[in-house]
Amino acid sequence: MIVELGGFALILALALAMLQTGMAVAGRLRRSPVLAGAAEGAALAGAVAVALAFAALIAAFAVSDFSVANVAANSHTDKPMLYKVAAAWGSHEGSLLLWCLVLTGFGAVLSRARGLPFGLKASAVATQGVLGVLFLAFAVFTSNPFARLDPAPFQGASLNPLLQDPALAFHPPLLYCGYVGFSVCFSLAIAALIEGRANSSFWPAWGRWVRPWALASWAFLTVGITLGAFWAYYELGWGGWWFWDPVENASFMPWLAGAALLHSAVVTERRGALAGWTTFLALLAFTFSMLGAFLVRSGVLTSVHAFAVDPERGLMLLAILGATSGAAFALFAWRAPRLKGGGMFAPVSREGALVLNNLFLTAACATVLLGTLYPLILEAANGATISIGPPYFALTFVPLMAAAFVIVPAGPLLAWKRGDLNGVIQRLSVAVGLALLIAFAGWMAFEPKKALSAAGIGLGAWLILGTLAEVVERVRLFRGPLAESLRRARGLPLGAWGTTLAHAGLGVFVLGAVVETGYRIEAARPLAPGQTIEAGKWTVRLDSVRVVEGPNYLAEQGRLTVTLRNGAAPRMVTAERRFFPAGGQTTTEVGLDFRGLDDVYVVLGERGRTEAGAAAWSVRVWWNPWARLIFLGPAIMALGGLLSLLDRRLRFGVGRRRAPS
Amino acid sequence: MIRALLLAIVSLGLIAAEPAPAPDRPLADAAQEARARALFADIRCVVCQHEAIADSPAGIAADMRRLVREEIAAGRSDAQVKADLVRRYGDFVLFTPPLRAATWLLWFGPLSALMAAGVGLLLISRRHRTETVALTPAEEDDLARIVADQAVRPDPDAKPSDD
Repeated sequence: MIVELGGFALILALALAMLQTGMAVAGRLRRSPVLAGAAEGAALAGAVAVALAFAALIAAFAVSDFSVANVAANSHTDKPMLYKVAAAWGSHEGSLLLWCLVLTGFGAVLSRARGLPFGLKASAVATQGVLGVLFLAFAVFTSNPFARLDPAPFQGASLNPLLQDPALAFHPPLLYCGYVGFSVCFSLAIAALIEGRANSSFWPAWGRWVRPWALASWAFLTVGITLGAFWAYYELGWGGWWFWDPVENASFMPWLAGAALLHSAVVTERRGALAGWTTFLALLAFTFSMLGAFLVRSGVLTSVHAFAVDPERGLMLLAILGATSGAAFALFAWRAPRLKGGGMFAPVSREGALVLNNLFLTAACATVLLGTLYPLILEAANGATISIGPPYFALTFVPLMAAAFVIVPAGPLLAWKRGDLNGVIQRLSVAVGLALLIAFAGWMAFEPKKALSAAGIGLGAWLILGTLAEVVERVRLFRGPLAESLRRARGLPLGAWGTTLAHAGLGVFVLGAVVETGYRIEAARPLAPGQTIEAGKWTVRLDSVRVVEGPNYLAEQGRLTVTLRNGAAPRMVTAERRFFPAGGQTTTEVGLDFRGLDDVYVVLGERGRTEAGAAAWSVRVWWNPWARLIFLGPAIMALGGLLSLLDRRLRFGVGRRRAPS
Repeated sequence: MIRALLLAIVSLGLIAAEPAPAPDRPLADAAQEARARALFADIRCVVCQHEAIADSPAGIAADMRRLVREEIAAGRSDAQVKADLVRRYGDFVLFTPPLRAATWLLWFGPLSALMAAGVGLLLISRRHRTETVALTPAEEDDLARIVADQAVRPDPDAKPSDD
């Protein structure tokens, strides 16, 4: 019964989205506040309907109602409750419903926004309605999560055990808040293209409306991607955290476009300039979100993370993607040349620095796009198959980003309109000197000596120190009484602290990524209980292996002791190999020993025999120096985004921005 | 009962669906082993989804690792080992795509787009500069007079947070 109600609510949501679109368009054309208001009401009601549908699906999973095909295919009575609930968004149908929930939820928040001009708001609500109609229709007609199964099986097929993990339970909702948050930027951009005028007051206001959405989406995406990377790190047991897998790239492209958008929107908000470019990026960010959805769900890419879905649905998604983006960019090509934002600036200025930032970020995004789609294009063109993996991105993407990072600290120090480059260089000279020293210290400290990795350490230090130098400059630290500096620090807008945190967090990430990638040490060999293996300064001893029983799995659990070479600082870790009888799969549970910033990462492999014939388990050990920073950095970046979001300047315009979901 | 049976199966070490591949035997020479490991990261496991043979538990990945180690032990260079793999499995086997006419766009596309955009921006900023530079002598005089009249020039665009 609840399931039927859910299915009904989903269809109702589709009808409401159609109403929302129709009434918003009619309201806009007739300039009728009543019709436009009704459209906003429909947006709210639609969000409630999708939320009800989603709750019904969760309920079906919670009670393991195997008469629902989706539950039978993805759940199992033995699973812990968290993973029963999380399985609701673990499949194609369920995650599409989540996508619709975020889409309509954010649409409802947009419809409650105060202060937007009548025409702009009606057009944005109409656009959001069209997106709702397309995706809800896709869910209702091709991917209904409420389809029944007759006869109902006694037991479900269970969720892929790799996905039964706390980090991955929360990864999709956060990721989708990011992906789909960009839909509001998209709608506001379409509305601006329809309504926008070449007057100087429109674009700063529009920039202020679009920025919070860009910031929030970007911050959600940052946390979502980081959780995903962290999951890959400790769940796959490969010792790495980013593999340039096509699906990882699919989530990374909207992130890059979103980062470019939120920088470019600053220029539009503060100076009214780059209006066309910011609009373009707003369209691009959501286009990449949809492209990601298409790549993951169509089966055109093979990946660890991809939903294995039939090509027919992929074709439908491609049609949605083509129709919305095609129409959007056609509108852009038609209208953008007439929209002049104004706001002139010299090449050396805050605006100039942000343009340069955008140049690098878009080029980086294009690199990832090429690296993801080129194998498909090439195979379609002449049948040749190639693989594009980490070495390609190390040679193309990394240098681009490194060049971009060099200019990051200079940006916030440059004045608007016309900046003083010499002054900025002077003010950053201490940071430059310290960063060079740190690079040299890194070169000396780590073995083997690697010039590029040392340069990377210097770059990370430069990002952190250069960003801090800007704060020091702004609060006039060391140049007056401390009380005066404190007063100034309190007076700085939250947005400025947000920038500082985000840029410093980037530096923290760079330090972690460079050191972990450059200096990690790996060792592997079969160990019988009592034998040891060495990785760098660490010694790992296999103490015992026993069989343990989990809620829905059986595991071989190895107990290992990690010590320094001389036996000091012992600590016990457990690593498991889990066997899930429901699906017949095996997963690894990595043993992680946190040592300050470093990880000692232990994977228990298959059982075999030593040369002497005794039972032995192949054990792989990594010493991952500074791995902690890889995940700490993005967390700091997201916190910076949150701080900026709380800035008073951004708070008016789009009333309350917190999503209801 | 079933649980007990499964427990027995697991404790017998039959956890894996396929028979366990022969364990990796590292090369005796540390430098050669390091070269082999560097190569493993660039070679794709041909039956897996975007996995390097360094990471993959699949049987064929173990075979490929053994093959690479054998070739290195036989004194072949990294390039020779890669060429040999490409001959067997095609370009697909390397995570570094080959550089040839069909992949020029892939390798040089982003950089050339960046340079083109950079040049375009430079041209635009030049054009803008000529628009802003010229002031007639009469205008210069006017400007000087206005500046002299006003001790403080408020910037119409400036906000307190602009500093």
